[in-house]
This record gives sequence, C-alpha cells and structure tokens, in this order.
Amino acid sequence: MAIIERPAGDSLTYADADAAVTATSSYGYLRRPVETEGWRSWAFTVDHKKIGIMYGVSAMFFFVLGGLEAGLIRLQLAGPEGTILSADKYNQMFTMHATTMVFLFVMPMAAAFANYFIPLQVGARDVAFPRLNALSFWVFIFGALFLNSSWILGGGADGGWFMYAPNSDVPFSPSNGVDFWALGLQITGIASLVGAINLIVTVLNMRAPGMSLMKMPIFTWMAFVVQFLLLFAIPVITVALFLLMFQRSYDATFFSVEEGADPLLWQHLFWIFGHPEVYILVLPSFGIISEVLPVFSKKPLFGYPFVVFSGAAIGFVGWGVWAHHMFASGLGPVSVAVFSVATMAIAVPTGVKIINWTLTMWGGKLQFTTAMLFAVGLIVQFTIGGLSGVTHSVAPSDTQQTDTYYIVAHFHYVIFGGAVLGLFSGLYYWWPKMFGKCLNEKWGKWNFWVMIIGMNLTFGPMHIVGLQGQPRRMYQWTENRAGEGPFNIATWNLVATIGTFVLAIGTLLFFINALVIHRKQPIAPLDPWDARSLEWLTTSPPKPHNFDRTPTVHALDEVFHRKYEDIGEGDEHEYVQRSTLEELVEEEERNGDAHIHLPAPSYWPIVLAFALPVMAYGVIYTTWLIVLGAAIAIAAMFGWALEPADAEESDFDPPAAGGETSKELANV
Amino acid sequence: MSDVVKETVQDAVEIVKDHAEDVHDHDVHAGDHGHDDHAGGHHTSLGLSNTKLAMWLFLGSECLLFGGLISTYMLYRNRHSEDVGPDQLWDIPFTSASSFVLLMSSLTMVLAVAAAGRKDDRNTKLWMIVTAVLGGLFLSGQVYEFTTFYREGLGYTESLFASSFYTLTGFHGVHVAVGIIMLIATMGMVAKNKISGDKAETVEMVGLYWHFVDVVWIIIFTLVYLIPA
Repeated sequence: MAIIERPAGDSLTYADADAAVTATSSYGYLRRPVETEGWRSWAFTVDHKKIGIMYGVSAMFFFVLGGLEAGLIRLQLAGPEGTILSADKYNQMFTMHATTMVFLFVMPMAAAFANYFIPLQVGARDVAFPRLNALSFWVFIFGALFLNSSWILGGGADGGWFMYAPNSDVPFSPSNGVDFWALGLQITGIASLVGAINLIVTVLNMRAPGMSLMKMPIFTWMAFVVQFLLLFAIPVITVALFLLMFQRSYDATFFSVEEGADPLLWQHLFWIFGHPEVYILVLPSFGIISEVLPVFSKKPLFGYPFVVFSGAAIGFVGWGVWAHHMFASGLGPVSVAVFSVATMAIAVPTGVKIINWTLTMWGGKLQFTTAMLFAVGLIVQFTIGGLSGVTHSVAPSDTQQTDTYYIVAHFHYVIFGGAVLGLFSGLYYWWPKMFGKCLNEKWGKWNFWVMIIGMNLTFGPMHIVGLQGQPRRMYQWTENRAGEGPFNIATWNLVATIGTFVLAIGTLLFFINALVIHRKQPIAPLDPWDARSLEWLTTSPPKPHNFDRTPTVHALDEVFHRKYEDIGEGDEHEYVQRSTLEELVEEEERNGDAHIHLPAPSYWPIVLAFALPVMAYGVIYTTWLIVLGAAIAIAAMFGWALEPADAEESDFDPPAAGGETSKELANV
Repeated sequence: MSDVVKETVQDAVEIVKDHAEDVHDHDVHAGDHGHDDHAGGHHTSLGLSNTKLAMWLFLGSECLLFGGLISTYMLYRNRHSEDVGPDQLWDIPFTSASSFVLLMSSLTMVLAVAAAGRKDDRNTKLWMIVTAVLGGLFLSGQVYEFTTFYREGLGYTESLFASSFYTLTGFHGVHVAVGIIMLIATMGMVAKNKISGDKAETVEMVGLYWHFVDVVWIIIFTLVYLIPA
C-alpha cells in the first residue's frame, strides 16, 4: 500500500522545518485514497505520469474515432454522387471529424507529452498542482464524452468546425448538435485552461537547482509557449461559445442578423482563438522533433536560442494574423493588406526552425530510427504545407482558394504533416522511457512509410481537386463536373480515398506494434538512444517520485554532459564517454533523498469534473439538472478544500531500515 | 458622520503602519532562511509562491474573457430601439452609489488581508464578512437595476444592446457572487482553523480575485454607464 517511497540518504525536497505549514485538523469525511493497483489507482491518481498516459490513451481513442469519420467522408466522395451519407450526416461528419481531431486528439496528445515529460525534463517530482492536474484530465474526458454523446441524442454538430454564426443558429441547425458542440468545447476549454496554469507554474517554479530558462530542454520550452497561447486563447473562444449558447438556448440576439447583428462578430472571436490554436497544435510537435533530431544526429541542437526565441516569436505573432482566415468576408483593403503582410511575416520564425533542424542534421552521424524518420518526415511534409500556406497569405490568391479543397490540402499537410507526425516521433522516441521497452523498429518503419505514403496519397490530390474548383464541404460531386484530362477531379478524388485507407493501415500498424508486438519486445536498456536531456536520468519507467535525488543542472543537455567529457582544446570540442547512463542512475539511487513526499491521491477531481457535463445537459434539456450539477460541483469543491491533507499514518509503509517516518503535510 | 470618517482614516493609517512593520518582519525573516519561505515552506525557482503565480495567470486569462464580452458590448451598444436605450434607462446616481459600495469592499478586503498578515483572526473574519456584505449590497443593487430595466421594457432578447448589456454585467455579477462564496467559505475555514497551509496567503488569494473583479467593474462602469452613446 505504499503511496510514497523512501530511498535511503538525506536532504529533503521540501526542506523547511519551521515552514508556515501548520497541522490542522481536517473534517476528513473521506480519507485520501491509497490504492496503488486496480482502477482506483488510475481514477484517483494525481501522478503526472499516470495522468499523461491516460491523456495519451484517450487521445488515441479519439484519433481512431476521428479517423473513422474521415473514412466515411472519403468513401462518400470516392465516386460521383456518393450515397453513403446524406447531406445532413455528411455535414455532421466533417464537423465532428475536425472537432475530434483538433480538440480531442492533437491537443490532449500534446497534453499527454507535456504532462509526462515537463516535470521530468525540469527535474521536478510532479506538477505544481497535482490535484488540479487530475481535474484537467477528467474535465477533458467528461467534456469529450459529452460532446460525442450528441451522436446518440439527435446527431452531431453540423456547422463546420469553425461553426460560423448565424449559420449555427437554431433556424439553420435545429438539432441539438451545435448545443452539444458549444457546451462540450466550453468544458474541454476549462480542462485546457486549468492545465495551462498548472504547467506554466510548474515550468516557472519547479525547476531543479541550476536549470535556468535557457538550460531547459527544448520540448519543455515549446510546450511552455503553448501553455501561454492556451491561457489567452481559450477565454476568447469561451466568450464566443458562451454567446452562441445564449443565442441558441436563451434566445439572445448576438447573431440575429435581422436584428442588426454583425455576422463578423463570431468570425473575429473564433479566429482570434483559432489562429493561436494552430500553433497550439503544432508547437509541441516542433518541440518533440527538436529533441529527437539532435539525439539521432549525435549533435547538439543547432542554434538552441534561435529555436527558443523563434518559438516565442511564433507565439506572439500568432495573435496578429487571425483575419487571414477572413479575407473573403469583405474586411476592407487596409485590414486585408495588414493581415496579409503579418501572415507572410510569421513564416519567418517558422522558416528559422526548419533551417535549425536541417543544420542540426548537417554533418551529423545520422541514425534513421523510426522516431528520426517521423521527425524528418515532419520537416518535409510541414514545409510543403507551409509553402501552400504562403500562397494563402497573398490575399488575391486566397480569395480564389477560399473554401476549396486546396485549403483542406494545406491544413492537413500542416496539421497531419506537422503536428501528428511529430507526435508519432515522440511516441517512438519516448516509448522506452514510459514503458521500459522499445517499440519494434521494423514494424515502426513499416508504420512510418505506409503512413507517409498514405498521407501524401490522401492530401496531395486535394491540391489538384481544390485548384480545379471542388468546394470543401460539398457532400456530392457529379460526373459532368469532373472534367477531363490528367487533372479531372474524378480520378484524384478516388486516389485520395484510396490514400485514406493506406493511411488507416499505417495507423493500424502502429496499434499492432504498440499493443501486440510490444509484448514480445525485450526490456530496453536505460539509454537506448544515447539521449541528452534530463528525463533520461532516472529508471524506465520512472519511479513514482521521478528522481531519487533532485538533480542539480549544470548545462543544457545535462545528461549528455554527465556521460561525456569534453577533452578538446579551445573552441575544438571532442567528447569522450566517461560513464554510461546505468552508472549515473545507479549513483543517483545510492545518493537518493531520504524524505520524499508525494501528494496523496484524491477522490475529488473526478467528482468535480463529473459535475460539468451534468450542468451542460441541464442547459440543453432541463434546468433542474443545472442545479443538480452545480450542487455536485460545490460539494466537490468543499470536499476538495476540506479533505485530509494526507493519507492516514497507518496507510504508509513502515519507514525504511533505520529511517524515520517522512510523512509530511501536503500543501497542494 | 465626521467621527466615522475620522476613525476610518485612523484605521487606515494604522494599517499602513502595520503593513510597513509586516514587510520589515518579513524581510528579516526571509534573510534568516536565505529565501522567501512565504510559499508554505516550498522552495520555488522564482521565489514566488505557486498559488500566487497561478492566481495571477488565471486573472490574466480572465482579462481576455472580459475583453471579449466588453468588445461585444461596445460593438452593439448603439443597436437598440429608439425608446429603450441607455439614455432612457441609466440612473447614474444609483449606479454610482452601488459602484462606490463595491469599491469600498476593496478597502475592507485590504483590511482583511492586512489582519491575516498580522495573524489577527478576529479582524480577518470581521473584515471578510464586511467585504462579503458590501459585495452582497452591490449584487442587490444589480438585481434591483435589472428589474427596473426589465419593467421599462428592456427584456434580455429585446435588442442587441439588451443581450450584450445583460450578458456583460450579469457575467460580472456572477464573478462577484463567486467571490462572496469564496469569502464566506474562507471565513468559515479561518474560524474553524481548517486551512492547511499558509492562512494569510489564502486570504490574500481571495483578495487578489476580489480586487480584480472590482477593477473590471471600474472598466465596465466607465465604458457602459459613463461614456455617452
């Protein structure tokens, strides 16, 4: 029943003996849960690693769901006059496909990596607010389930993922789908906001001694920028969703054009969120491949400060380009010109990153492992998407392309080619860290190549059909619109559909690799890739308390510098291996801290999160459910505030030989 | 009347003095330990407590929330029928009085935080209750105002102006209500000694939130009521 572990040694994480924390009696209606096995150990956990894994598993579930929706869309468009979906179902399908992939796959998958690896990379024992971390996850899960419950309660949302009002108002979308969408995204927004606050505090406040901001691993840096984008973008979409909810459920007039409403209001609010959202999706992957490329090139990241500051620059400029999504809406020449130029400008920091990655590989001893292949794949595919992106920044060209499949091609190259490939790179790279075994490389390479061929077959032809004038979101095309010659849309729609299934097979290979082949894999060495950053300075998978001894950081790429010594003279660097990671970790274990206090698990995050969908159903169906949900929420908050600060004395293991009990008060 | 004013001023002067002493004590104390242990004894990289940093981040996020709602109101403030607009509805003296009440609640909140800093539980509780009562008074003013406007023909769905006005001010009202719940709950926990961690800091967090809500009201009051349409 150990909820804490106590290696021998001395020194203390939370050292002050006479700190302001004084023992208080708690009401303790419920003791803190103590299970370390079974479903309870997951449902009530506050361990950032378990929460990270739960984020990853649920994100993968929604990846499959969103993929199935995409499959139906492509089947419908494979031939002329498709009959698989009705127009109405088709609308729901593309709306929910995008919503699922953006909010329920890429964002939580990035959150999974951020949760798991930020504390490890900054040398912390957990995030700053472990219970809030659990709350974020459960709020996300309940929001996602609420959103998808619309499928069995009258149909999904059907207004496209940017849900332009007034098109999303009741007269044009009478089912409850949009209500589920607006409320569901408010709920998942709360998850993102709480998570963002938690991770920013973690990065700013929980760094190991010696880890200055410019010694932070690059993934942590990029994820850190993303949390700021979330912090300021989520409230804007929340306002938009809130207005839409009041419009639909309580007859407000924000989007009633007949009353004089401005149809651009929604567009502005949505895209002020929506454009930073693009970087929220892609920056974590940029961070991941900035970790992967140096490791498999056997070189430090080229121009680390440039990668950091270009990431931050993307974060800033990302706020000034939202109206490039609205060139066709009649903003006026001045606005269009300004946003057009700003959009071209944001290509610069992105280009800086591409150059940094390329120069990291330049002259390196390249090892093409699966993680590396996905990283290189990202550079290539994302650059293609970036180039078509620049063609959108030219407003006259964009007005021709708006709402055609060319746009669809563009954002799939940046989101699939940018974000998703990076996430897969991260999975292959960090898998041995998280689970103690590597994924099978042979299957991994098949996975990569089938996926990359599949994605180009799927999204490449969309450039052609788009430039031929096929609008996005049209549920059928007819034979006589297909045209002739090599660029007829009939051929290329079929190719795209075939590509979708190749892509699906590629994804399936990953699942086989992860779920079946993985079982027979040998235990991986501690340092399978000769890695460089701090998360590797512990066992695989890491112990609940992450590090036996809080590491003291001396350099960027700390683990590399502990393994290798520089024997070069002057500016010449020549590195000789002095120790292996096994030896280093053993040394850490020998000198482990005596008193390691970990926060106790808690019942309340999941209860509080559960209250939100109850209230949301109340908004749609009946008011008393809102009251019930609010009552649960308030009860949960009081339970949260008043629960015992820690587990009972009897719940702890007896102290290690010769030690004393290390039970302390959790102030979290 | 003048006695009350005199006493309040004296109180305020004392508080400023107390605070100066607190700061001094705190500095000396921090010197002993080599770092700021105001954070419940946890060492943090910035020397700023986790909770405080988190609260500031949350308030930063709230700025954009109110920013969105205020923008919506500013866009729609002139879109109303001719006979039910701000010119017919606003009762500036009344709203000024309730705004004054809310601003005074910020003062009493400061007194509560100062008392908590002195570990003076009695006065902490007292000033928190006064703050909650003043907040409640402001909310009743808002309810009264909404009722009057409604009687004068400004239903929620009446016009774009009506929808955006009620949403913005209602949203702020909900924030005040949440603040009152926080005040009462914190007061109860102080009374029963149920706060695990730094009591003064917990009160200070409630204070930060409360002041933020007040500052937002100053902006709303200026933009919505004072600037002529």
